[in-house]
Amino acid sequence: MRMITYCDAINEALIQEMERDPSVFIYGIGVPDHKKIFGTTKGILEKFGPARCFDTPIAEDSMTGLALGAAINGLRPIHVHIRVDFLLLAMNQIANLISSFSYGCGGAAGAPLVIRAIVGRGWGQGFQHSKSMHGTFAKIPGLKVICPTTPEDAKGLMITAIRDNDPVLVFEHRWLYWQTGEVAKDSFTIPLGRGRVVKEGKDLTIVATSWMNVEALHAARILERHGVDVEIIDPRSIVPLDEEIIVNSVNKTGRCLVADNDWTYCGFSAEVAALVSSRCFGRLHAPVERLGFAQTPCPTVRRLENVFYPNAEKIVRRVEKMTGLAPIDLSGEVFYSHENRFKGPF
Amino acid sequence: MKHLSIELYKKMFLIRSAELQIQEIYAQDEMKTPMHMSMGEEAIVAGVVGALNAEDQVLGTYRSHALYLAKTGDTERFYAEMFGKVGGCARGKAGSMHLSALGQGLLCCSAIVASGIPVAMGAAFANKYKNNGKRVAVFFGDGAMDEGVFWETINFCGLHKLPILFICEDNGFAVHTRREKRQRFSSDHQLFENFGIKAFEENTTDPEIIYNTTRNALNHLQTTGQPCFLRFHYYRYLEHVGINEDFDAGYRDREEFLAWREKDPLRMQRQKLLGQGVSLALIEALEHEINAKVEAGIRFARQSSFPAECETYQGVFQCA
Ligand SMILES: Cc1ncc(C[n+]2csc(CCOP(=O)(O)OP(=O)(O)O)c2C)c(N)n1
Repeated sequence: MRMITYCDAINEALIQEMERDPSVFIYGIGVPDHKKIFGTTKGILEKFGPARCFDTPIAEDSMTGLALGAAINGLRPIHVHIRVDFLLLAMNQIANLISSFSYGCGGAAGAPLVIRAIVGRGWGQGFQHSKSMHGTFAKIPGLKVICPTTPEDAKGLMITAIRDNDPVLVFEHRWLYWQTGEVAKDSFTIPLGRGRVVKEGKDLTIVATSWMNVEALHAARILERHGVDVEIIDPRSIVPLDEEIIVNSVNKTGRCLVADNDWTYCGFSAEVAALVSSRCFGRLHAPVERLGFAQTPCPTVRRLENVFYPNAEKIVRRVEKMTGLAPIDLSGEVFYSHENRFKGPF
Repeated sequence: MKHLSIELYKKMFLIRSAELQIQEIYAQDEMKTPMHMSMGEEAIVAGVVGALNAEDQVLGTYRSHALYLAKTGDTERFYAEMFGKVGGCARGKAGSMHLSALGQGLLCCSAIVASGIPVAMGAAFANKYKNNGKRVAVFFGDGAMDEGVFWETINFCGLHKLPILFICEDNGFAVHTRREKRQRFSSDHQLFENFGIKAFEENTTDPEIIYNTTRNALNHLQTTGQPCFLRFHYYRYLEHVGINEDFDAGYRDREEFLAWREKDPLRMQRQKLLGQGVSLALIEALEHEINAKVEAGIRFARQSSFPAECETYQGVFQCA
C-alpha cells in the first residue's frame, strides 16, 4: 500500500469529504494562507473556492458560534485552530451551546461540526502555545473527542468525524504530522469509539494517547530487549471510549500504565485508572500508574521542558518500578528529538 | 529638543542593535524560543515609552522585544531569558513571548491575541482606585481589534474613564492576512468617539511625532479623564515569527518594504541628529556604548546557568 504522511492523510480526508458532500466547508485563521496549516489545507482553496475555504478575523468565540449556526442550518463546518490554546477562547460556545444543543432540543437535531485543534510543542512554545487538554473537553457531555496518532487513523477518523451528526473535536499533535504510514487512497472510515492495539504483549498494558504512542513504542522496544513484553493500546477516541479494548488488555497483562499527552490531575489518565480498577481489580498485579505533563504551566526553557513532558525514558523507568525490573542502562539510547527533523518557531 | 532627539535615538538604537544580534546568533540554536521581531516598529515604542513617566505601566504581546528594551533599558535579563537561563526576567520559564519587568512597569506580555488588553484595563482600574496618578499604555497589533474582548474593554474603559492609552501598532497584517480582509470598519475617530474615547493616528517613522502625539493624548487624559486610542502605522520588516525576510512567500511585496525602508526610523533619526548639529563622533560614541551594552547582555546570558530541574515545579503558586 501507499505510504503518506499524517499531514497528507488529513489533507486527503478533507478533500475527499468536500468532494463528496457540498455542505462541508472549512475555515479558520490562516486556513487558506500559503502555510496551509502545516500543509493540511493545501489545494483546498484552489479546488473548492473561497466560499468553502476561508480565512477569518481573529475572533474564535464568534467564529465558533458560526459553526453551530451553520451546522443547525444544514451545513457541515470544519473550524481549524492552529493551537489548542486559541480554542479556549471559544469555550463558551463549545461548553454552553454546542455540547448541549442536541440534548437541549430533546434530541430533535444534532450539531454536525468538526473542530480541529493542533497541539504545539517544542522550541520554547511555552505555556500559551503548547496545551493539549483533550481531557478537559472530554469531560463535557455532548462533545466527541478524538486524538488520531497514525496517518491511517488521521484519515479514517477525520472522515468519520465529518460525517458524524454530533460535534467532534480533533486534537492533532503537530509532531505527528511528519510520521508516515500506509493509507488507502480511496475514502474510508474508522468508527469512533474503537481503540487500536498498537503492539501486542503479555506483561503490561500501556494505554497511550496521541504522541505518547510514539514514545510508548520506543520504550516497548527497549523493554523487549530486557524481557518485558509490553502491550500498547491507543484508544484513538477519548469520547466515545473503547472500554473493552482496555479492560481486555489489562485483564490479560495484569498491569496498566497510562501515558497521556496531557496533565494527569483530573485528566483522562485518571479516567482510565478508575475504569481499570473497577473492572480489572482482581486481575491487577500492581497499582495502575500514570504519566503525563507535570502539574505546572509549560516552561519555555528546554531543560525544564524535558522535565515537564513524559517520554520513552520515563516510561521505561516507570515500567521498571511496576515490574520489579532492574534499572536498564539507557546511556547508549538515543531518544527522539524533534529537532533532528525540524528546528525553529513553528 | 536636541536632548529629546538623542534620547529617542538611543532607545531605538538599543532595540535595533539588540535584534540585529538576535538575527546574528539565532542560528546557533542557543535561543530556543520563537522570535517575533520588532524590527520596523522602533519609533512607535521609543516615542510612546519616551512620553510616559518611569512609574507608568505598559503591557504588550508576544512581539515585545522593543517594549521591554525601551521600558527597562536592560539587556542582561533580556538575553538571559532568550537563552532560558536563571538570569532571565522569568528565570527561563517565559522566553521571548512573555517578557516582563514588574519593578519597571512592564506588567505582562501575552501571546494570546488581545488577551492583555482587558488586563491593562484592570491595571488602570487599580491605579484610578488608588488614585496614584499612574497611567497604563497597552500595546497590541491591528489583529487584536478583530477580537470581541477588545471592544468589550473599550466600552468599559470609556464608561469608567480609566487612565489608559490603547496603542495599536498597525502593520496592516495579522500573520499573513491583510487588515482589509478582516475588518470592515474604518474611521477610528468616529468609532471611538462613540465610546467616549479619543482617537489619534499617525503614519510616520519619526519617533518625535509619536512622542508628541502621545504627550497630547496624555494631556487629553489628564484634562478630560477620557482614555485614548492611538493608531501608529509601521511595516514589519521580517516574517511574522522568525528572523528572516519572507517576501518570497507571496502575500506581500518587497516593494512595499522598500518604500518603508526608505524612511527607516533609525536612519532618519540619525540624519536628523546630524542636521541638528550633533557631531558624528558623538553619535558614534553613543552607538558604540549601546552596542557594548548589548554584547554585555549576551555575555551575561551565556554565563548565567540553566535552571535546575527542580525549578520546573517551583513558582506555580505564591503560597504553597
Ligand atoms: C487568540 C489567538 N488567536 C490566534 C493566535 C495566532 N496568532 C498569533 S499572532 C496573530 C496575528 C496577530 O496580528 P496583530 O495583532 O496585528 O499583531 P502583529 O503580529 O502584526 O504584531 C495570530 C492570529 C493567537 N496568538 N491568539
